[in-house]
Order: sequence, then C-alpha cells, then structure tokens
Amino acid sequence: MPLHRPDTLDAALALMGRGGAQALGGGTDLYPALRDGVPPAELVDLTGVAELRGMTREAEGWRIGGATTWSALLRADLPPLFDGLKAAAREVGSVQIQNAGTVAGNLCNASPAADGVPALLALDAEVGLASAAGTRRLPLAEFITGPRATLLVPGEILTEIYIPGAKGCGAFLKLGARKYLVISIAMVAAVIEVEAGRIARARIAVGACAPVARRLPDLEAGLRGKSVAELSEILRDYPFPELAPIGDVRAPAAYRDDAVRTLVARAITTAMEQEAAHVA
Amino acid sequence: MSLDAPQGHIGFTLNGAEITVPADSTARLSEVLREVAGAKDVKIGCNAGDCGACTVLVDGAPVCACLMAAGQVQGHIVETQSGLAAEDPHARRLVRSFQRHQAAQCGICTPGMMVSAVALLRSGTALSEESVADALGGVLCRCTGYRKIVAAVLDASGTEPLTEGGVGAPIARLDGGPKLSGEERFGDDVAPADALTVRVIRSPYHRAGFRFGELEAFREANGLDLILTAADIPGENRFGVIPGFEDQPVFAEGETRFKGEAVAAVVGTQEALDAMAAFPVVWEERPAILTPEGAESAAQLHQSRAENVMCRGYVARGDADAALKGAAHVVSGRFSTGFIEHGYIEPEAASAHRVGDRIEISCCTQAPYMNRDGLATIMGLAPEAVRILPTAVGGGFGSKLDLTAQPYVALAAWHLNRPARITYTRTESISTSTKRHPSDMVMEIGADADGRIVGARFDGVFNTGAYASWGPTVANRVPIHASGPYRTPNYQAKSAGIHTNTSPAGAFRGFGVPQSAVAQEQLYDMLAERLGLDRLEFRRRNCLTNGDPTVTGQVFETGMGIDACLDALKPHWDRAQAEVAAFNASHEDRKRGIGVAAGWYGCGNTSMSNPSTIRAGVTPKGTLMLHQGAVDIGQGSNTVITQIFAEALGVPVSAVTRVGPDTDITPDAGKTSASRQTYISGNAARLCGAALRAQILRLGNVSDAAEIAFTEEGILLTDGGTTVRVELPPGAPYALEAIESYDPPTTPLDPNGQGDPYAVFGTAAQICELEVDLALGTVKLRRIVAAHDVGKAINPLLVEGQIEGGVAQGIGMALMEEFLPGRTENLHDYLIPTIGDVPPIDTLLVESGDAHGPYGAKGLGEHCLIPTAPAVLNAIAHATGARIHHLPATPDKIRAAILSGTT
Repeated sequence: MPLHRPDTLDAALALMGRGGAQALGGGTDLYPALRDGVPPAELVDLTGVAELRGMTREAEGWRIGGATTWSALLRADLPPLFDGLKAAAREVGSVQIQNAGTVAGNLCNASPAADGVPALLALDAEVGLASAAGTRRLPLAEFITGPRATLLVPGEILTEIYIPGAKGCGAFLKLGARKYLVISIAMVAAVIEVEAGRIARARIAVGACAPVARRLPDLEAGLRGKSVAELSEILRDYPFPELAPIGDVRAPAAYRDDAVRTLVARAITTAMEQEAAHVA
Repeated sequence: MSLDAPQGHIGFTLNGAEITVPADSTARLSEVLREVAGAKDVKIGCNAGDCGACTVLVDGAPVCACLMAAGQVQGHIVETQSGLAAEDPHARRLVRSFQRHQAAQCGICTPGMMVSAVALLRSGTALSEESVADALGGVLCRCTGYRKIVAAVLDASGTEPLTEGGVGAPIARLDGGPKLSGEERFGDDVAPADALTVRVIRSPYHRAGFRFGELEAFREANGLDLILTAADIPGENRFGVIPGFEDQPVFAEGETRFKGEAVAAVVGTQEALDAMAAFPVVWEERPAILTPEGAESAAQLHQSRAENVMCRGYVARGDADAALKGAAHVVSGRFSTGFIEHGYIEPEAASAHRVGDRIEISCCTQAPYMNRDGLATIMGLAPEAVRILPTAVGGGFGSKLDLTAQPYVALAAWHLNRPARITYTRTESISTSTKRHPSDMVMEIGADADGRIVGARFDGVFNTGAYASWGPTVANRVPIHASGPYRTPNYQAKSAGIHTNTSPAGAFRGFGVPQSAVAQEQLYDMLAERLGLDRLEFRRRNCLTNGDPTVTGQVFETGMGIDACLDALKPHWDRAQAEVAAFNASHEDRKRGIGVAAGWYGCGNTSMSNPSTIRAGVTPKGTLMLHQGAVDIGQGSNTVITQIFAEALGVPVSAVTRVGPDTDITPDAGKTSASRQTYISGNAARLCGAALRAQILRLGNVSDAAEIAFTEEGILLTDGGTTVRVELPPGAPYALEAIESYDPPTTPLDPNGQGDPYAVFGTAAQICELEVDLALGTVKLRRIVAAHDVGKAINPLLVEGQIEGGVAQGIGMALMEEFLPGRTENLHDYLIPTIGDVPPIDTLLVESGDAHGPYGAKGLGEHCLIPTAPAVLNAIAHATGARIHHLPATPDKIRAAILSGTT
C-alpha cells in the first residue's frame, strides 16, 4: 500500500525508519514539485498522527504540532505576539492551500520564499525533530541551511515548533506583484516589545532576500531604546549585511535591496502601532 | 484505520453517496475524482495549486484536489460542484445568482468559484467585497474580470427573477445552466474512457538538432501502442492559418525552432506512459535568437524569409515627414511590450476516433472549420472526411484558433483505429501555445499650436516567434490602427513581424492593437502636457467624428461614436480629478493619479472575405431548430446569436432549440475571433431569421405584421385579430428551412494601405483611477470607468461581462504579465490578475448604431482591453511623474522610474 496513514508518532517513525518513503503533509509542496510526473511510490501521511496536531500553551511558551494547518493556526486564540505569524498564515497561497498546507511542511520544504519562515524566525522558534533513534530540538535558524536544504535526516519527522513566551506584538508584510496567490518578492516579519514608547526588544526577519530567511541581529541591537521617530534614520544607514538578494523573474536584486528598507520600517511601525492598540 | 477500503481501493463519501473506487492512493485526488469516480465537474487547470479550478470540499473545507493524495480522503466527505448545485441550499442560491449576474462566462473556473463560495456562505462570515475576495482569492478566472462573480456571491440570497426578452434585453446566458450545474463538458471531459493517451516529445532547447534512437525497439520495450514522428503523417507535415503562411510542422524535421516544439509523440495506456523510460532522442543545442534584435544576421528560420522578416505592413496618408517638421509641438518615444500568455484556465485538449475513412475530433476550439481544413491537409483527407466536434471552450482569447493538440490525436486514432486523447499540461500549454506579440515601437506625433494633431509616424517591430500563425494579421492590422481613433491627416506607419526561436506569437485579443495603443496613448498624454491642455479635452478635440477620413481614407458617415464615449467619461473625469487633487494634497508617501486612453478596432478580417452562415429549420412536428456554429468560448455567442435570430423571426428566445457546433451539422460561421461573431454571424442569424419568417408568413398567407407563436398545437399566426395554424409541409429533417450568409463589405488596400479594410469599427475610452505607493512602486487600482460604443447592445449584461473581462486582461498586460521563454511556464511565475487585482468597473454603454451591424450592433471582444493598459500607465505617470515605456509596469520598474525621475 503506497500511502501509509499512521495515527501515532511511533507508527509514523517506524514507517519512515524503513527508508524509501517520503513524508506527506498537506501535499501543497510535494505535488507541485512533481510537476507533471507520477507520485512517489511510497508516502507516509502525517496529518493523522495525533501527536503532530494542535497548539498548546506550555510553561515556557507555545507548542505548535507540525501537522497544524495554516487555517487551524489562524483560528487559534493566540496573543498579539503571534499577529505576524497569523498575518503570514493569511498570505500562504490561498484558502485552499491554507486548509491543507502544514507549518512543518512549509519549514521542511525550505523555500527561500516560504511565507511561514520569517515570522517564526522572528519568534525565535525552535523545531522538534523525532526519529526512531530519538528526539532533538534545534533553533529554526539552524534547521534551514539553504534553499530546499535542512538538517532533517532520512527517517526523521519535524514533530513540533516551539515558540518561547515573550511580550510584544508581531507584524508581517509581504511584497508581491498581485494580491492573492503570489510568491514574495520580499517579506519582513517583526516582533517588537515596547516600553515607555521606546523599543525594548526588536526581532526582525527578512524572507526572499537571501538563500534562507534571515534575522537582522545588528539592526535589532541598534533599535534597542529607540523611538519611532528615529526609525527612518537608523534604517537609512543600515547596510543589511545579512541579506544577499538575487534577481529573478519576480524582481531584480536592486529592487529587493531598496524595498526591504521600506518593508522593515513599516513592519516595525505596524507592530508598534498594534502593540499600542492592544495595550489601549 | 476503522474505515479501511479493500486493497487498492479508496472509500469515501462523494456528494452524499458512499463509494469505493479502485485507485492508487498516492494519485492526485483530482485525477481519481475525474477518471475513476466520474466527477468531471472537477477541473484541472495547473496541477500546482495555482488556479483553484479543482477546488472541492473535504469535510467542508475547500482544498485543491490536485494537491491531495487520493488516499487522504479515505473515510472522509468530498463535495464537488455538481453535488452541491444539486443538493446544497447555498449552492442552489448561488446557481441562480450566478445566472442573474452572468458570473460564469466560459465556465471553466466556475466549479472552483462556486465550491469556494459555498464554503464561505456555510461559514456564516459576514459578506463583504473583502470577505468574498478572501474566500475566492485562490481561484483564477481569465474571462470575467471577477466583478460579476463578487456581485453574484454578495447577492446570493437575492430573489430577483431572470430578465426575459429579445434584442436589447439583459437575459441570462442561454448556455449558463450546465456551466453552473457542473454538467458542462470541456475538451478533456469528453475523452472516451477506452482512449489511449498521447504524450508529445518536445525540444528542451530553443533551437536544436536531434536524432532518434531505435524507436521500434523502444516502443516494444515500453509496451507502447505507437510512436509518431514526421514520417507517420499521411498528408503534409505543415499547418497554419493565413494562406501562404502555412509554415508550422506537426513534428519538426531536422531541427527544432523553439523550446517546446514537438518532434515525436508516444501513444499508449496511461499506465504505460507513466512507466515509460526516457524517450530515445539525442539533442544538439544550437545558437538561438529570442528577440528581433540581431535577427537579420542570425541563422534564417525559414528559407524563403530573408533576414527573418516574416512580413511587413504599411499605411501612409498625406505627408507625415513634412507635417511633423512643421508641427508646433512634437513628442516621440520608444515603447515595448513583452510576450503575453492567454492564460485560459482550460489547457488544450482533444480526443479523436476513426469512423471508417473519416476522422472525428472533439476539441476545445475557436475555429472548427479552419481546424477541419487544416487537419484534412495533415491527414491527406478531403475536408468532408474530417469532423470537428467543438466541446465547451474554457477560454480562448485567440490561442485556440490554431491547431495544437488535434493533429496528435487524429494521427494516433487514424493509425491505430482506436480512440486517442491528449490534454496539455500547464507547462506544455504555456510553453508551446501562441502568444501576444512582443513589440518594440517608436512613435512620433505632432500637433499645431491649437492642439490639433497634424501628423504621426509609427514604426513597430513585432517578435512573431518561430512560425507565422496570425503574425501577418498583426503586421497588417497595426498600421491601420496605430493612429488610434483620431483624425491624423498625415500619417506613416510601418510594421514588421520578425522570426525568432520562441513559441509562435499569434492571435490574442486585439491582434497588436493593444500594443500600439500603449505607445500612441502615452504620447497623447505627453503631447497634451506639452500643450497645457486637459488630457480628456485634447482627445475630444482630435477624435474621429462622422464624416472624418481614417488613416486609410475610410469615411464613416454614421456610427463613429468615440466622441460620445469621451463625452460620457467627462463627469467621471471631473469627479476623479477633484478627488485625486484632494488626496494628494494630504498624502506624501502615496499618490493617486488618473489616466484616460481610447481605442478602436475594426471588426472582422482585414480587407478579406470572412463570411458566416447560419441555418435554421422547423421540424414537421413544429420544433424550431437553430444551427448555431459560432463557437461560444464564453463571450456569449450562443445567447446573442439566438437573441438576434429570435428577434428577426419574431419569437421569444425560449422558442429556439440550438444545435451544434459540429462541422457535420452546423454550417461555417467562421472563427470566433476579431470581434466578428456578433456582427457577422449575427447578421447571418438576422437574415436567416427573416428568411424563415417570410416562409412561415407566406404559408399562413398573413401580412408582415403577423405574430408567430410556436405552440404545442403547432405554429400559430395572429394577424389583425385572427389566428391561423400553419400547415407544415412534409420534409426531412425539416419542413421549413433557411440558410443565410453574410460577408462584410470591405475593399482591398492599395500599396499605401488606403481603402476600406473593415465595414465596422468599434470604439472605446476608459479612465483608470489608481494609487501608487511611492516607496515600493506598488499600484492599487481604485476604479476603471469604461465607455464603449457597441452600436447597439444586443445583451447589455453580456456586454458588461466582455468589458470587465477585457479590462482585467488589460490590467494584467499593464502591471504584471510577461512570458519569458523557458522561465515563466507555470501560473505562479507567469502572473495573471487575481480577484484582488481588479477594481470596481463602471461600464458606460454608448449606442451610436451602425450602418452594417445587426440592429446596429458592433463587435466588442477586442475593444475592451485596448484602452486599459495605456489608461493605467497614464494614471501612473499622473500620480508619480514616472512614465513607464517598457511593460509590464511591475513594482520594481515603477520604483526605478520614480527614483530616476523618468518622464
């Protein structure tokens, strides 16, 4: 039987551990990647695995089951910290894609333009991996190593995503050439914690402007203690050493370079405004 | 698993019925639903989640069936359009609302739209334009421009009855029922279950030599039924659409001229093709040219076409050089546009079976008789030995005029004497079908000190790709139209179609005119600015009016309605001017702008005969039959031709039963192209209706004023208060029959392009209101106001649908669309507008009548999109000062133009 549908993690790991089978989530990346070819001979459907489902509040933060769909994430009752992640979820393909596509699938597919990655990076997400040999936990920033490349080893499953608890509010902006169903030219996620009108902590990640989505640690450090009024000057001078945009069918590199400055400023501003609104 | 189905089977609930079907559980759900469960209402447009046509509900949630493993629905509930339309109360309301609003045109996206809308209505979400767009944003439509779909969903609970009536009444599409119930059958839907599948082997290089390995050994080893190459063509290995330019081979011989060109085809069961090893062909990549630049010195693509020039076009009137020299103000500029893909959601599909010494081909086509004759040449058969059975067409826009998939299935079915089928993949469709010609245009326009145009010069180079297709039409049409609908006493326009190693450029809504309008209408804005004149007023001052000669010297004494179109826009222009000024005074990082542009288009072939024939009959039992062969590709000819026929006969449309299209039973109504069906086939239908009316009245011996009624008791004629029943004579199949043809009166053009190329011109002018984010270069369209002189709107509802759909394609051309050979061969790299990219569109109908059109109607299809792109570009320039010369105006280009201060 080429499509296995385990309902427990142990069963899924046993199937994946035999080798040869490919993991299947919502299929929204796997099937397009076939182009018009025939499906793989053996698939393990992870969407029915109980341990991979649901979102829970834990002592240190939140746990998102790997097979959580973007639609399920959007329906979840989450604090403003997750506003950026939810905004990103709304930008994943279309409603059809959000209903099927999973968070783990988006991360394991490791597209440089994956909508979910910048928002999760800005939340300091970690991923939980499991295999027959045991489990491990890695920062998302380390897990994705390049375009379509991760540290996932054969037989391993991305079981969950951990988000450490924090104050602040998230925002996400996607730049594309049309409204729906669009692959990013660039995107920015920001999580900002404000104290007394000034940035207490900024976490910013940019997607589609480097082989993998990147956090901007130097900028984040430079923003500490600053007010909105100082944003434009800081961004004007920031060299964005973390980014290396390319030119492709969607836009030339120079445009990405230019646009990302505006997007970062707006994402920070949006997050700060939303934070103010939530506090009010 | 508690709901295990037998090994190799999947059990689920499909539209309320529990079914168990044999299926590979990793196969795409869409394939299993269509091919095994028979749910042909699930459409496949891309196999990548890019178009949403295959949307179904799984446990109530809309998903793309093409992205789901069939086994994942084991034990779950699947609902599709046909099931919903039959049983679900929300869907049944949507069916009525979609009909009321004409929200389905071709109908190929309708399943995806309706299924998505049902999920929205079930969710109880408050309906707003935004919530509808969010819910339907994952489904692409290329026909409607989305506005009527949004309106239909918002009005789902409305109860207004459908309109009834003849010419002039906004009646619902007569062929709308099956499109909304899920019963409509498109190209792939009619493939016989026992058909073998054909797969085409195509060149991976823009230009390549090739050598086959051992084909017969490969065929046997892979269990294939047949391998087709050029050697298997019984007739001629070439086809085309313009006499003298039939230059495209079915299978390349010796060398391929573009990436995706066919060299061979394999025929077998789907299983054999899926398991097939790599096809034995060795490629030798050769240097290729992809743009006309340098084409004159590149390797010649066709022996008889020196310097790779396919053909040239020329129109000259007066003395353009002298007029421009003497002009008070002259503007000039260079503008370019790229390849545009038609982007219909239904890929090319065909199936064939051999019936004795005849071959029958079912296919989605815009030109059944041209297909028939082209296939006859390829097959070495008489045209009468080929039967074309057009299916419903899931969008055409020009590209489904040419032969594509048909020859492969015809050859396979002919040689094997078994049915054969093929459906192009999305990549195959985009990489091999014809495109809108890329253009590189230089234009110069001069005006006197009073702002009157004194002369214009135009030189356009068009990349016509590897084969001629409709390139000669573009080369001929552009010089006639490049003046725009304006008095231009001194004029010289040249065009050239240049061969390159790309997919052939052919027919696409407007045949080159949308491209030349991009140059001319932007220069008009620059000239108005130079003159210090209001841009609308400048156009009004120069537009053609009745009695003015066009650039070919043709004079229309009536029906030149562009002045009325521009006048109709005036209040909207004034309102928008004030709104823009107020907004811009208080905003720094976003600026609004408005643009206006006009356009014109001659209906039918250029100075060439292109008749249509319509046949009607009354059976001995008194049933009225209309043989309607003008293919309805969504634009509405089934409805409009019937309305015209019924009006001329003097009966309600409900009395008419349509037959066809089918080349065995419907006479040739020509191609669905060049905005000719309403005008030309409409005239044939009018003549046919009138002829049949005369016969019936004669039989009843009543006056011309008599009323005809088709009733269960037979045909009743009421005249002056008396009613008589017509005694029908015996006859088979018809007791009464009428066949009438119409061919537009045109004259040949002289060497300077002077003459009457078209009997009818339609004109239009549009305003675009938009907002530009200056820091990002992104554009948000706010409104389009479209004024169109349609002569007489046979069906105002369908007219609006054409306009909105054309505008949406113009938006795509202006802002996002460009086919890059080898690079944008899918619907996520090649972007067409989504439901969120088309703003409200206000249609202003101008009915100036026409000397030739049926009831004064002109054609409309192409006109809708001609003004849109330049109106958008003019609005961008108005908002930002940045003038975009090279389309599409993507955010990066707009931002760069803003930064460099380009004007």
